[in-house]
Amino acid sequence: MLKPDIPFKHQHAAHCESGVMAQLLSHYGLPLSEAMAFGLSGALMFAYIPFVKLGGMPLIAYRRLPKAIIKGLQKNLGIKMELTTFSRPDLGTAALDRLLGKGQIVGLQSSVFWLPYFPEDMRFHFNAHNLIVYAKAGDEYLISDPVFENPVRCLSKDLEKARFVKGMLAPKGLLYYPVALPEEIDFNLIIPKIIKKTARAMLKTPVPIAGVRAIYALAKTIGRLETKDRRYARLFLGHVVRMQEEIGTGGAGFRFIYASFLQEAGDLLDDQSLKDSSLMMTSVGDQWREFALMIAKSIRRKKRQEIDFCGLQKKLESIAVAETQVYRKFTSS
Amino acid sequence: MPQDEVSTLTDTRKAIYAVGCDGRYEIVPSSGWEAEAEATLQAVDELARRAVEAYDRVAAGAAAPLYFHMFDRRMDIDLLSQASGIGRWRLKRHLKAEVFAKLPPKTVARYAEALGLKVDELKRLPAVRPDRA
Repeated sequence: MLKPDIPFKHQHAAHCESGVMAQLLSHYGLPLSEAMAFGLSGALMFAYIPFVKLGGMPLIAYRRLPKAIIKGLQKNLGIKMELTTFSRPDLGTAALDRLLGKGQIVGLQSSVFWLPYFPEDMRFHFNAHNLIVYAKAGDEYLISDPVFENPVRCLSKDLEKARFVKGMLAPKGLLYYPVALPEEIDFNLIIPKIIKKTARAMLKTPVPIAGVRAIYALAKTIGRLETKDRRYARLFLGHVVRMQEEIGTGGAGFRFIYASFLQEAGDLLDDQSLKDSSLMMTSVGDQWREFALMIAKSIRRKKRQEIDFCGLQKKLESIAVAETQVYRKFTSS
Repeated sequence: MPQDEVSTLTDTRKAIYAVGCDGRYEIVPSSGWEAEAEATLQAVDELARRAVEAYDRVAAGAAAPLYFHMFDRRMDIDLLSQASGIGRWRLKRHLKAEVFAKLPPKTVARYAEALGLKVDELKRLPAVRPDRA
């Protein structure tokens, strides 16, 4: 068991899983920014899977599957994590309390909908939200939820409900924490390797449901919405933006975090080419934001504009071109 | 760097990666972005619309209160089926008022648990029709 000798400190982050991992590792002795945690996990992705539906809408993701950041970091950095799930809620609660009693901080998977501290308008049924519990006071858990500016509190019965909902991506009470950290990490060696691998995964996918090809596929689908029912088209477009902005990062679907990672990596390795690619990635992120803004204007409840499906398709295709250029830079070097 | 003070976030702020004047990335708390709020409100409105529609159907006697509570908890048949572990086909039948009335308490309790409601709450329609302007 790792024994931190520093008091726990809450950190505000853009995304839950990378935020939790950065905090857990930093607390236990491996200082890591959120951007580094995200980049080093190799979890950057794009996926558009029309046949997997969430609330009637296709799966669109700007990162790999939940838990990919935890597992990617474990593999790429040589960290050993303890991940435990439970067959019964009471067992999960008992295990959490035991760990807290020993002074551990613990990462948890939970459902956003059942966490009362979330604003009403953000409570959707998303079961793979990550947070840290750092203490218990009476019947309340003290929670460091990285997407919140300040620590929050949650009643024991509410957290238990949120940890044990059933359904897609059911958390099954998952709790996790690092148990062993590597003595030394050779960033000079691993950073270029991870970046190259991430880029290759974006460029060379066998089927057009992942990587850059999936961005083209989504663009084509959006172009074809022209022929569909307008209400459905608006909901579809809103869904694209929501996946891009909300259940990801408060930016451009993880592209800004990745640019921040490239910048930090460039400084660490003193590598100008990485710093240049960070600028390219920032421009990609800006374009995703422009795309979101185009959509927002066409779905606006008041003063609604005509939807320019063709324009949206072209915009998305130009994003795919821009992303391809960044990834090519990595695979060719 | 958007600071649009959107209503969806209430008084919380979210962290956003932004490039400062020195070209360095930093994490900045943001009160939200209008484009994102638009998409969120669209989704929330759609969920609310379904709940109100369901309320009227149940009030008219065309479906069991379960039908309303499912949508009121921002679920649909797929989600409730997964959350309760009751198959879609069976669940669809249970949404009928006359079928629901005859369900064994054990089955009703599973729905109540999945929806986070007390059994007596699940069995009736709230007095006030939910509405969202």
